[in-house]
Amino acid sequence: MENYAVEMIDITKAFPGVLANDRVRLAVRQGEVHAVLGENGAGKSTLMSVLYGLYEADSGSIRIRGHDARIRNPNDAAELGIGMVFQHFKLVRDYTVTENIILGSEPRTRFGHVDLAGAERRVAGLSATYGLAVDPRSRIEDLGVGAQQRVEILKTLYREADILILDEPTAVLTPQEVDELMAVIARLKSEGKTVILITHKLREIKAAADRCTVLRRGKTVGTVDVAAAREEDLAEMMVGRAVNFKVDKEPANPGRPVLEIEGLTVRGSRGNDAVRGLSLTVSAGEIVGLAGVDGNGQSELVRALAGLDKPTAGTIRLNGRDITHASVRERIEQGMAHVPEDRHRHGLVLGMRLDENLALKTFHKAPFSNRCGALDFKAIAANADRLIAQFDVRAGKGPATKTEDMSGGNQQKAIIARELDLSPDLLVVAQPTRGLDVGAIEYIHERIVAERDKGRAVLLVSFELDEVMALCDRIAAISRGSIVGEVAAADADERFVGAMMAGVQPEEYRTTSGKRTARG
Amino acid sequence: MARIDRAARGPDSAVRSRSLDAFHFLDIFAASDARMSVLVVLLGFLAGTLIILAVGRNPGGMFAALLQAMTGWDLTRGVWNIRYVGEWLAISTPLILTGLSMGFAARAGLFNIGAEGQYIVGLTIAQFAALYLPQIPVVQVVLAVALAAAGAAVWGGIVGWLKARFNASEVVATIMLNYIAFFLSRWVTMAIPGANTYKTPNLPQSAQLDAGFLQRLTNGSNLNYGFFIAIASVIAFWWIMEHTRTGFALRATGMNRDAALASGIKAERSAVTSMAIAGAFAGLAGAIVALGSFGYGRVLSGFDNYGFNGIAVALVGNSTGFGVGIAGLLFGLLASAQPLMQSRGIPKEITLIISGLVVVFVSLRAGFRMLLAWRRRAALAVMATKAESETVQGEIDA
Repeated sequence: MENYAVEMIDITKAFPGVLANDRVRLAVRQGEVHAVLGENGAGKSTLMSVLYGLYEADSGSIRIRGHDARIRNPNDAAELGIGMVFQHFKLVRDYTVTENIILGSEPRTRFGHVDLAGAERRVAGLSATYGLAVDPRSRIEDLGVGAQQRVEILKTLYREADILILDEPTAVLTPQEVDELMAVIARLKSEGKTVILITHKLREIKAAADRCTVLRRGKTVGTVDVAAAREEDLAEMMVGRAVNFKVDKEPANPGRPVLEIEGLTVRGSRGNDAVRGLSLTVSAGEIVGLAGVDGNGQSELVRALAGLDKPTAGTIRLNGRDITHASVRERIEQGMAHVPEDRHRHGLVLGMRLDENLALKTFHKAPFSNRCGALDFKAIAANADRLIAQFDVRAGKGPATKTEDMSGGNQQKAIIARELDLSPDLLVVAQPTRGLDVGAIEYIHERIVAERDKGRAVLLVSFELDEVMALCDRIAAISRGSIVGEVAAADADERFVGAMMAGVQPEEYRTTSGKRTARG
Repeated sequence: MARIDRAARGPDSAVRSRSLDAFHFLDIFAASDARMSVLVVLLGFLAGTLIILAVGRNPGGMFAALLQAMTGWDLTRGVWNIRYVGEWLAISTPLILTGLSMGFAARAGLFNIGAEGQYIVGLTIAQFAALYLPQIPVVQVVLAVALAAAGAAVWGGIVGWLKARFNASEVVATIMLNYIAFFLSRWVTMAIPGANTYKTPNLPQSAQLDAGFLQRLTNGSNLNYGFFIAIASVIAFWWIMEHTRTGFALRATGMNRDAALASGIKAERSAVTSMAIAGAFAGLAGAIVALGSFGYGRVLSGFDNYGFNGIAVALVGNSTGFGVGIAGLLFGLLASAQPLMQSRGIPKEITLIISGLVVVFVSLRAGFRMLLAWRRRAALAVMATKAESETVQGEIDA
């Protein structure tokens, strides 16, 4: 009889139109690091939300440490010693580390006010025990993303959780921070905690997990010992077929510069300079990747390129023409296409039909509008039919489908179709494959390479270093709003780019790593 | 009885039909906004019926009054007078137009509480035009209506401009402009020579919207050319919104301002355009009331409330041209049925309760949807467990 910390038996959870979990089984041993692997939409998050009490399962049962448990809300989960660290942190920015940790369960002194000093001592103790380096008195806004994540982990430990769920914990980290997190996970394990690690990154599983349960389309594929499984095996279990990790492409053949950014400064939403004196050139026939951790000015840069934010300094030139102050429509007319980071917010009008969305940037011109301003719906629908066929967009009711009823992959294909149909000289693509399944990712990567081969300039912004490494011809690392360094993709190694993403200057990295080699 | 039928079909089908049929009926209404509006109106009348029962009156009186207002047929006395139909349509006219005003702005993502003020501006300008423009038949009234619409369009457009230029909340701006319009109207109207504290001299015949043939047709009701303006406006609303690139840009902005901006649509311009067109609709309502219902210019003593009622009309009409047209007729029906209900011993406030409840139910639309979705899931889960236990049973039997 094995000792299980968590047993989830035949969990079924349906949402309108989707069976997110279909009789999923998960058994996590006491004291192990158990990975839950699956593509986006495979049901990992739903399963964990059921375990943490955010959703109640439609059917199935949960046993915690061998006892039947009914988890109706996160408080029930906390009572059972289950803690969860979300992908998006839930911290109050201008509170200190300790204040955030005790928020909601403040310890009281004898006189009834909050015992902050006592709490700080306890936080410091926990931080030492588990190797979670963080100053209990720092304000959250002064902490980096990695430290904030450690605060979230401390928060669960403070509440005496011994089953920790980490939801895609590495999505927001640089490679170096990922290493630190792996060390923390190992420490948690050695202190007897059970860790459930949700991820779709195989390397992390190999690095940190003991066993791994793979989900695919809401069903359990199986549970394997990580030590005995190869990455390829895990990938195949996850996707259901053999996966080609590499993007097939010929070497780039860059031509004249298409996009020239010089000394660009853009103010961010918090009033600081999110982009600071950034300079970058993208030439025809090459894909330049902007590698960086989320929140280092990429979004602001893309917004400024697209004409949505006004830069406070610097210039942007497209095909040699200054477009720094051009309107969005002027930029489109001059050959810029933009696949936005947030396809629901900036890419599509979800309440509109697919054909209307496919004409969103061109509806005001012939053939979609006549001279009097009346729309030609036949032309709009015909355009949609053409793009649907050409880009293999799957939509239940064809051009008339409301885009909100389409899957994420097909929504993204629709945006790509619309943007590429502009025949742009410059394609600015932000996070083109976020949340998509492997098939759609492969397709979109092929399309981007095809655009490059047609002689178009492509600027790719992605938080997934793997994607940047696989797709780009040249990689520019961005940190705190500036380009730290550029490197040809052929010469790039992940640790080097990762160091630049963390703000380490290329020369600095070469000397320190040189020393390390010399010493070794 | 029904239960016996189901039992005859076996326990499983009983579960299935009981859990799904009851809600399938409601699912039909959840399928579209238009159907949802029908459902909430029915619910409103149902609630009204229950309230009349609760106060110990006969709800039949309410339906008789509604029938009379709609068809002119008086069941109690067995006589038919088409004048009631005319009054119904006449009373609906400004409601349709202010509903279009609210609805047009709403489609572009703006909350136009200012239809009342735009209505007042239209009304005031129409009165001035009636008193001061040369009294040429047809020309004067057409000009008066056009000027009223144009003036109210400017009044609404100001709000759009404030929104675009300074990101000023259109809600606050319109509420304030309502009061400015109201007091401004009183001030300038009282300044007209011969005006007293409640009316101006009589308006000339050449400035009135009276249509002799409509009055003859409806046995002397108040129905006038304004009703045709409302019908034309409904069609114009639909055409602009659904068939022009202006409407396309407005709809895109209303549904997702960020995506519209990112696609090169000038959302600022959309705000001005939509508020100006919204103002024009409300201004038409003002002109029609000024030139159609009264023979003199009024010094307003309070809000006429057509603008505010337009909010409810637009809500029930889902802010579509034809939806608003129908919703305006519904609210007009409730208003014109009021005196008829009173004469049947039913408190006239019932109609206010019904229209109030309809608005509340419309606002709860999202809630209804959630409830239906939840019930459907629960029903599916019951079926699933049922099917599963049967399979298990089958396995054990085997």
